Amino acid sequence: MSESNSTLMLANVSRRGLLKGLAAASALVVAARWDLAGASEKAQFGAGAMPGGWVDNPNVFIHIAPDGIVTIVNNRSEMGQGIRTSLIMVGADELGADWEHVRVQQADANQEKYGNQNTDGSRSIRHWYDPMRRAGAAARQMLEQAAANEWGVPVHEVKTAVHKVVHTPSGRELGFGELAKAARELEVPGRNALVLKADSELRYIGKEAGLINGDLKSAYPKAIDGEDIVTGKAIYGADVALENTLCAVIARPPVYGAKIKSLDDSAALKVAGVKKVLRIDGASQPAAFSPLGGVAVVATNTWAAMEGRKALKIEWDNGPAGDNASYTSEAYLKSLEKAAQSPGKVVRQNGGDVDAALKAADKTVSATYYMPHMAQAPMEPPVATVRVADGKAEVWAPVQNPRATREGVAGRLGLDKEQVTVHVNLLGGGFGRKTKPDFVTEAAIIANAFKGQPVRLQWSREDDIHHAYFHAVSVDHLDAGLDADGKATSWRHRTLSPSIASLFAPDPKHIQEFEQGMGFNTMPFDVPAIRLENPPAPAHVRIGWFRSVYNLPHAWAIQSFAHEMAVAAGRDHRDYVLELLGPDREIQNLSVGDGWNYGENPDLYPIDIGRMRRVIERATSEAGWGKQTAKGRGLGLAFHHSFVSYTAIVFDVEVDDKGNLTIHRADIAFDCGPQANPERIRSQLEGACVMGIGIALQSEVTFKDGIAQQDNFNNYLIPRMPDAPKSVRVHLIDNPDDAMGGVGEPGLPPVAPALCNAIYAATGKRIRRLPVGDQLKA
Amino acid sequence: MATLTINGEQYELEVPDNMPLLWVIRDVVGLKGTKFGCGIAQCGACTVHMNGTAIRSCVTPVSTVSGEITTIEAMAEDAVGSKVQQAWLDVGVAQCGYCQGGQIMNATALLKRTPKPETQEIIDAMAGNLCRCGTYNRILAAIERASDAEVKS
Repeated sequence: MSESNSTLMLANVSRRGLLKGLAAASALVVAARWDLAGASEKAQFGAGAMPGGWVDNPNVFIHIAPDGIVTIVNNRSEMGQGIRTSLIMVGADELGADWEHVRVQQADANQEKYGNQNTDGSRSIRHWYDPMRRAGAAARQMLEQAAANEWGVPVHEVKTAVHKVVHTPSGRELGFGELAKAARELEVPGRNALVLKADSELRYIGKEAGLINGDLKSAYPKAIDGEDIVTGKAIYGADVALENTLCAVIARPPVYGAKIKSLDDSAALKVAGVKKVLRIDGASQPAAFSPLGGVAVVATNTWAAMEGRKALKIEWDNGPAGDNASYTSEAYLKSLEKAAQSPGKVVRQNGGDVDAALKAADKTVSATYYMPHMAQAPMEPPVATVRVADGKAEVWAPVQNPRATREGVAGRLGLDKEQVTVHVNLLGGGFGRKTKPDFVTEAAIIANAFKGQPVRLQWSREDDIHHAYFHAVSVDHLDAGLDADGKATSWRHRTLSPSIASLFAPDPKHIQEFEQGMGFNTMPFDVPAIRLENPPAPAHVRIGWFRSVYNLPHAWAIQSFAHEMAVAAGRDHRDYVLELLGPDREIQNLSVGDGWNYGENPDLYPIDIGRMRRVIERATSEAGWGKQTAKGRGLGLAFHHSFVSYTAIVFDVEVDDKGNLTIHRADIAFDCGPQANPERIRSQLEGACVMGIGIALQSEVTFKDGIAQQDNFNNYLIPRMPDAPKSVRVHLIDNPDDAMGGVGEPGLPPVAPALCNAIYAATGKRIRRLPVGDQLKA
Repeated sequence: MATLTINGEQYELEVPDNMPLLWVIRDVVGLKGTKFGCGIAQCGACTVHMNGTAIRSCVTPVSTVSGEITTIEAMAEDAVGSKVQQAWLDVGVAQCGYCQGGQIMNATALLKRTPKPETQEIIDAMAGNLCRCGTYNRILAAIERASDAEVKS
């Protein structure tokens, strides 16, 4: 369905586009370029380069009923980012619909019909804003044409008002519902005939609403699922209720790659309610999205299945797991720290000889930083319901990646993809865990043994933490040389962490281009001699995407280290990093070895130092940077560019004599270019701030002999209300001129280093190992 | 056999004595607004009211239940609960929303016993309810708003 996107995206008609001569400010001209482009040409960047691409046919996305209810299809997964409100608002606004009469329909997995549905990478609005605007505009023009036909007047005499079309000269009106049937029979206008609304005509897009830094501006437009959520009616994956559903849990091998040696299920089968015990064959390594294998217990209710699982006697064979069975976190950390002392694969080299510059420096700064494994731990643990009958499978599941879910089930059951239907439910959080549909395939395997009867597979919290696709553990070692004035003359950074690629292929032991591009080779500092290296780090567990991914360790290390350099130079941190960044300029990603750039065109999305500077200046000025602070109190800054957006955070913290930390305030400045729904942007940044505090202070999964040592929220700690800042303030940069950036993830990477820099400012104690835990008590 | 009153309706259920109330509510009675998050009373997603007091249904054996159980599905009919729900909507608390039913149940129980809590009382009372999306600042704002709303009524 997706054709080339070699046209410039309409909403991103921008300063950049104009400069590049790719587009003019008129939608007509831009759309004309579309038609000139070869329809079969594969797009190189953006939405069109994604599997399935984009679709903007209004007949796919927009339905208007005779009673005037407008139903807009949401093809992306809702996991709390608010896409079911924000994207639908975009289509509704362009259409001219009244929000009170707009409903949303969630798309099943069908990439051929709906375009790309893989909800990760902070891409949903960035990639779907333009197609949804075009779909809305096309539908509006069809309504206008239908009205003109009805009245026998030229179409230029009619105009859309809110939820109706008006004939201006005569004052006649017809509602959307009255026009729907006739409009549906009309041809969809070509893209070269679409005229998008001017910004001044928009009623919802880009409008501030809701809670703004503590003050309620207005509670409108209302969130689509808001009322269902607060009344307990919202249906998450866990809540699908089909008659006669069986409930299952699985005992999985504690060590990645282990197999069943022996099984005694006699006691389990005696547990009241238990119907069946069956073995699940696990994939060999690398596991990709396949189940880990184990033993499933199927019962009439979830509790009985869990009780049955407790009664299983299983011996595991760690032989097939190889050296995963000796994976122990402390020893692994030591091995990475040792490897960090030797040169690694060179990822980027700019300017002079780094080693010589380090030797010649007046002062050198060196530090090693550690960030542990973490589990995404969405509040809704993985869960899926599947019914297999008559050569077909029907799935209900909270998944970020509907296509991979469909293909995973089809592949494992030996069905054609067309025989598998995947209904995407609300996700009770995702954070990357639910991009991996291993749990759905597990449910399908079990359901295949109960033909015609639905089976719901429930993961416990222990399952979720023991068998996460873990955020990669990391060691980053940095050395910098400073001249007599404290100015940086050299920068050497070695990063070590297992790669997500180890999930899909023999372990490369080195991070890949997309992982380097998450803040490592895209490091923005202007230093005369730079060398970035990547020594090897093997994987011993399933490594997977965790909100903002490898940006986490890279921002943690780089932003902490820049602060250490400022301290060593005796300079103000903000002044020092602004100097390190150098003059405002646009760094082309390829010039730093980044051919990935989150899949976006580097001409539209370079690394923009001016934008970075602006968020730093805004966050520091809002925070009162430079003000006198009481003893035990301090401000800490960090900033980061990720998912083609820019974030800076300043924390104001206090640490008392006993080492108790109070976070008084977070000031977050954020530039994502044009803002579709500022209300949800604020919400995402507030949430990322709190999640990042957990990464800094609490969250860690460690391994001993290949087995995760944390089980549940009693020992895998995540933030609670007392851990949140007393105040979180979000300062959105008004920037309609640049291309649209991501929102869900870029708030997270700078949180931990900013907090630790603030702790240093308050106490003089430097944190280099996360989580902080009780290090302040020592 | 267990006899339960949930949201004013009486149920006679054939369930084991040690079955947690959570799974009775979800799998047997079929009310899905009460969520499973941890199973060990660490997250609060399963919070319901027993005689108006917040309890963790995931660690409450059904045999120990005595009195009225109320779940999130009945809060719209509750004078305090409906104010809390409205405050939640007004300030746009929810992100994914999965934990919010439990948060609202806990907040409602708090306001029933302490209609005008101090900020620190709210923080202490809500510390047992996890939100992985990190909506705590808005939860606090919503509870303070609901608390103010009660005074006006």
